Amino acid sequence: MTYLAKPKLHHPDLPANALGFTRRDYEGTISTLCAGCGHDSISAAIIQACWELAIQPHRVAKLSGIGCSSKTPTYFLDKSHGFNSVHGRMPSVLTGANLANRDLIYLGVSGDGDSASIGLGQFAHSMRRGVNMTYIVENNGVYGLTKGQFSATADRGSKSKRGAVNTDEGIDLAILALQLGATYVARSFSGDKEQLVPLIKGALTHPGAAFIDVVSPCVAFNNHEGSTRSYDYVRNHNEAVNRLDVITMHREITAEYPPGSVQEVHQHDGSLLRLRKLSEDYDSSSRISAMSYVQSRYAHGEIVTGLLYVEPGAGDLHASLGTVDRPLNELGEKELCPGSAALAKFNASLR
Amino acid sequence: MVTKRIERVNDFVVKFANVNGSGSASANTLFAKAIMRMGVPVSPRNIFPSNIQGLPTWYEVRVSERGWLGRRGGADLMVAMNPQTWEKDVVEIEPGGYLFYDSTKPLPADKFRGDVTVLGMPLTAICNATYSDARQRQLFKNIIYVGALTALLDVDVAEVERLIGEQYKGKEKLLEPNLKALHLGRDYALEHLPCPLGITVRRTDKVGDRIFIEGNNAVALGALYGGATVCAWYPITPSSSVAEAFAKHCSKLRVDPATSRLNVAIVQAEDELASIGMVIGAAWNGARAFTCTSGPGVSLMTEFIGLAYFAEIPAVIVNVQRAGPSTGMPTRTQQADILSCAYASHGDTKHVLLFPEDAKEAFQLTADALDLADRLQTPVFVMTDLDIGMNERLCDPLEWDDSRTYDRGKVLSREDLEAGHRFGRYLDVDDDGITYRTYPGTHPKRGSFFTRGTSRDRYARYTEEGSAYVDNMQRLVRKFETAKLYVPEPVLKDSPRTAHYGVIYYGSTACAMDEALAELEAEGIPIDALRVRAFPFQDSVIEFVTAHDHVFVVEQNRDGQLRTLLVNEGAIDPARASSVVHYDGTPITARFIRRAIEERLSAFNVRPMRRTAAAGE
Repeated sequence: MTYLAKPKLHHPDLPANALGFTRRDYEGTISTLCAGCGHDSISAAIIQACWELAIQPHRVAKLSGIGCSSKTPTYFLDKSHGFNSVHGRMPSVLTGANLANRDLIYLGVSGDGDSASIGLGQFAHSMRRGVNMTYIVENNGVYGLTKGQFSATADRGSKSKRGAVNTDEGIDLAILALQLGATYVARSFSGDKEQLVPLIKGALTHPGAAFIDVVSPCVAFNNHEGSTRSYDYVRNHNEAVNRLDVITMHREITAEYPPGSVQEVHQHDGSLLRLRKLSEDYDSSSRISAMSYVQSRYAHGEIVTGLLYVEPGAGDLHASLGTVDRPLNELGEKELCPGSAALAKFNASLR
Repeated sequence: MVTKRIERVNDFVVKFANVNGSGSASANTLFAKAIMRMGVPVSPRNIFPSNIQGLPTWYEVRVSERGWLGRRGGADLMVAMNPQTWEKDVVEIEPGGYLFYDSTKPLPADKFRGDVTVLGMPLTAICNATYSDARQRQLFKNIIYVGALTALLDVDVAEVERLIGEQYKGKEKLLEPNLKALHLGRDYALEHLPCPLGITVRRTDKVGDRIFIEGNNAVALGALYGGATVCAWYPITPSSSVAEAFAKHCSKLRVDPATSRLNVAIVQAEDELASIGMVIGAAWNGARAFTCTSGPGVSLMTEFIGLAYFAEIPAVIVNVQRAGPSTGMPTRTQQADILSCAYASHGDTKHVLLFPEDAKEAFQLTADALDLADRLQTPVFVMTDLDIGMNERLCDPLEWDDSRTYDRGKVLSREDLEAGHRFGRYLDVDDDGITYRTYPGTHPKRGSFFTRGTSRDRYARYTEEGSAYVDNMQRLVRKFETAKLYVPEPVLKDSPRTAHYGVIYYGSTACAMDEALAELEAEGIPIDALRVRAFPFQDSVIEFVTAHDHVFVVEQNRDGQLRTLLVNEGAIDPARASSVVHYDGTPITARFIRRAIEERLSAFNVRPMRRTAAAGE
């Protein structure tokens, strides 16, 4: 298998966004993942979200680690630079890239092995630094490329395809992200595009560390009875707490909702997150109650999805470091080199 | 027989044996600097434990009017302030030397040596009588012995006073008590001890305009001048002070005048894996980025370093080398990461290494490394060590050519892409193995590519074809050949006489080697010397080996790692080069080098091999 280009021909009536791009302009090469893989639905949702937001494709940098999920950046946004890096190390590469040029949009794609096992440290530290990024974990609870081993997000007691029972506690990355200070935390399901697309849009417009845990069934190794990441299991245990609409400057606000059922969050870039509550007692503005709610529902076997938490005034790593607005990669000798006179002064101080 | 006491002017070694955490370091530095201010070259060295408080630490000051800056070995005056190491310290004194100690508690006669002059001073008693505060008693004890040393060695006390004045500028409350302690010690010594000793300091003008600087500080400044805008690092001795100095310099020299914000991003990462990951991410995105670390950090970084080699991403890695893993010996110096850096990572990899000899060259080569990494699109290691990095050393002033511009290498701009330049990320257009790259976000339609390790073709498209892999690997070999044109040339020091033997050395060995070569020359043993400054080796390095009957490769590791690299990469006959190695964690000395070479040469002379071969012809 090498690579399959996807022809760019499209139906003349395909709608264009504010930049004149159709959805096809946000696509990549043809996926080489298994037919029915949840990851392909996520790629489609990313394409849809970027198209709807009218993002310039070349202003996105897409980075990934290693694994099935980390192969997917080839399958969307082929006008973007991509980086298939090292297993579990996408967060550090993305952090460095972000430091070099704060003006691009950073999209990190990872999997549960990549982020919860080998890369748990980097995942954690990128969250606590508040790197301005959208970090998507395509979570299927299993190692696909190496054929069916449990990953660290697999629930305790769930069964592998070969019948083995997982005896280790599963890691909930969304809970970790909440604890570690991510300022936008969501969970979704690859089979629920209607929920996922707005969550990705919200993350892309969020000016800080945005994390989305997307449960994404593995049709080859984790879609059987006894698995808690199968299509059937997730459909039956998906408890969506809210529905998100992302309203950018390009779109007029038309929908109307009964009072009290909507929470509005204004973000720095002028976008508005409009959250329709599906669960009356869910509060996405409180980190602590979000953690408590998600974990108590998990104890009852339910997977809570939706926008779990958002901090409207979120800052990012550049704000913490106090770096200039201009991308660091644009600076030259004039800004960076103090010259021989400063050096002479320095020499004099060392005699 | 009575040993004659040592009598020398501006040529001796003073060694301070202290307990770390006792505040001795700043007092000892004061002593060394005062001598430097008198125009006499000094080279101090810290020998310290992996510890903050309570373990033995030494500070060795070599005073050498001739300007030898290497470690000499032995001590002419031992300032023995640590009872834990007393026995060992006393043994180390040269016959006829001097022993200065705290005589508050009487010691039995068998604790002393008959062939050294013993100088007792009741430091603790003086401190206890003068100060009531326990911390003050400890801190001022150090200044008091410095005061005594000014009298014993004829050091100009006014220079010490001036230095104290500079140190406590703006903190006048601390100035007076320090000066008082200094004179307390000096006056006691003048009254009770045989001042001056046989070893003394005499003002001269041999320092010139040289500066006194730690290599790590110079590296930090080199990175700043070289245009680094991203520094990601993880604390590890002996490299941490590179990043700390970089941050300090940036807080003054990288402030945007309009906004007071910083033209740099410095991140203390969670580990070395993350620090190199950030460097690679930043460099991929067009910023100049570096990290500083030591051997174990490089071990952790190797997976990423391999990726950067194959994906062809610039990265500057400063390796302040130390001895081995874990803790303890790591606060000692070595040159033991040559092979692990040259071949770091999985798959077929080779990396560019630079070997600065001192702080000044470390400044230059760090700035150069940022150019080289961009030019060659590959990781570049700046290989210093603890001896260079963490000791203040006299070196020529740092220099910068204001007409110098940064070499950003082959990067296609939006205009280039607009003009229709054919872009293949791994397409060797110029036939030098170096291909063109684009930064993310450059052009809406052209120049984007997907970065991967090895599975791609010349246009960065995914492929697992063996032929594409081989094609790429062969180009990387060409690129490494091209690197020889850019890395610094070796420095040749030809003996004035015809020499049949040569010596190859690098890095911090240089200062001891200069002295050893002069001594050998004086003994009538001519040796040609070549200081290697980079890997890949230029042809001139290999030619140097073949031009001599035999070459000694002098290095500070057990296995003769540079020699291995020479034999391996230069395809030279292993019999032509032998190792002279010093690896006990202390800096190599001229004495060691001279003796080792003398021994080898005498062994060669008794070997009949050459004569037999000649006779058989």
